[in-house]
Amino acid sequence: MIRVTLPPHLRKLAQVDGEVQLDVDGPVTQGSVLDALETRYPMLRGTIRDHVTHRRRAFVRFFACGEDLSHELPDSPLPDAVATGAQPFMIVGAIAGG
Amino acid sequence: MSGVRVLVGTRKGAFILTSDAKRERWDISGPHFAGWEIYHLKGSPADPNRLYASQTSGWFGQIIQRSDDGGKTWHQPGTPPGEPTTTPEGMPKGESNKFVYDTSPETGKPLTTHQWYDGTPHPWEFKRVWHLEPSLTDPDTVYAGVEDAALFRSADGGKSWQEISGLRGHGSGPHWQPGAGGMCLHTILLDPKNSNRIFIAISSAGAFRTDDAGKTWQPINRGLHSLYIPNPTAEVGHCVHRIAMHRSRPSVLFMQKHWDVMRSDDAGDSWQEISGNLPTDFGFVIDVHAHEPNTVYVVPIKSDAEHFPVDGKLRVYRSRTGGNEWEELTKGLPQSDCYVNVLRDAMAVDSLDKCGIYFGTTGGQVYGSADAGDSWAPIVRDLPAVVSVEVQTLP
Repeated sequence: MIRVTLPPHLRKLAQVDGEVQLDVDGPVTQGSVLDALETRYPMLRGTIRDHVTHRRRAFVRFFACGEDLSHELPDSPLPDAVATGAQPFMIVGAIAGG
Repeated sequence: MSGVRVLVGTRKGAFILTSDAKRERWDISGPHFAGWEIYHLKGSPADPNRLYASQTSGWFGQIIQRSDDGGKTWHQPGTPPGEPTTTPEGMPKGESNKFVYDTSPETGKPLTTHQWYDGTPHPWEFKRVWHLEPSLTDPDTVYAGVEDAALFRSADGGKSWQEISGLRGHGSGPHWQPGAGGMCLHTILLDPKNSNRIFIAISSAGAFRTDDAGKTWQPINRGLHSLYIPNPTAEVGHCVHRIAMHRSRPSVLFMQKHWDVMRSDDAGDSWQEISGNLPTDFGFVIDVHAHEPNTVYVVPIKSDAEHFPVDGKLRVYRSRTGGNEWEELTKGLPQSDCYVNVLRDAMAVDSLDKCGIYFGTTGGQVYGSADAGDSWAPIVRDLPAVVSVEVQTLP
């Protein structure tokens, strides 16, 4: 079970409270977690990464285990602590005012 | 009893202001979509309960929202209200958020570049929907003007969007450039007498017209004069801020340009300046009285460098002669220390008798006049900065 945290705007859009828990088939990567997230919550498509290119939106960051994983390749394995559910995969809106 | 519903888009959410036909007491609902920029909301002329909203964010991109009950409840098209989002069957596909430029060889053309602020080539990148224009006859058909400038259309109530690629394929794209707000398609006028004719305007490219329902487009900028482009009378490159028409006379257009207030009597084929005695002819909004096709309203803004009213006095100007001769309307508007702006989509008129005029400011006020501009009163004073104002006249 993968744990994912969303920023407040996206929690509201997806109509969820607190963390999201997802089953991910196969390797646990940034891409596979986002695929699972968007399959379960299709209204989030386009809000975290581009609809077509799947490139991360500029003001969205990915954190886990105290590390910034925003610039990792989508196919890179996420830390074991994320894969086992011990730590959440955090989707964060960049601090940029507003 | 008839009434009005004013749809207000702000930097931090949407608000809906409703009143009976007297337009004295108002109910305020909102913020809807709190914390998001709501660039525009507009109701369908064919079904006043059908509303569309552009919800956008620099962080999370573009969302399209729809209401089928006059703004009481909203949903992303394809996600029926109340339906559990985790239901395997009937799961929405998130397509309503998807605006992808058409690059297919059959229907679209490979993207060109447009000009960046410094004149260098820049690739087309979708950013947001500035303006939603529902069809005059079909509630499920709606047009979207987007940044970077292009025109999209949905024929399924906003569930999916397709680019009307003939506009961007016009070929002049490499000469289009962004204004300060971005390179946006912000005005869409549907001709009520000719369903094949649409007018659009882009900052900074100018105005365009199609006479074949979007297949082909021609620039309609002859007579415009702009000192911020190398050739002041070029075919494209003009920073048109807004165009308005009266539905009884759709070949007569009124334009507020970056500088200059203009008029065309031949559907945009040529333009004449009608700034006349305005204290400044810079501004953003322009609109036409609902019952008097020759009565036009603008809100002069001091200059392109100083986006606030002249002398700190918020004044609407009205011409009853189709331009050139303007009278200032000040009753009920602040006449000292007022330094707000009125953005291009932030004025609307209702069709009651007398005609109501509404506009919103970047200071969060929405002013209304129930007597065609003779007197004004704030409906609300302290909203987030107002981006857009539309009004529906309800039966």
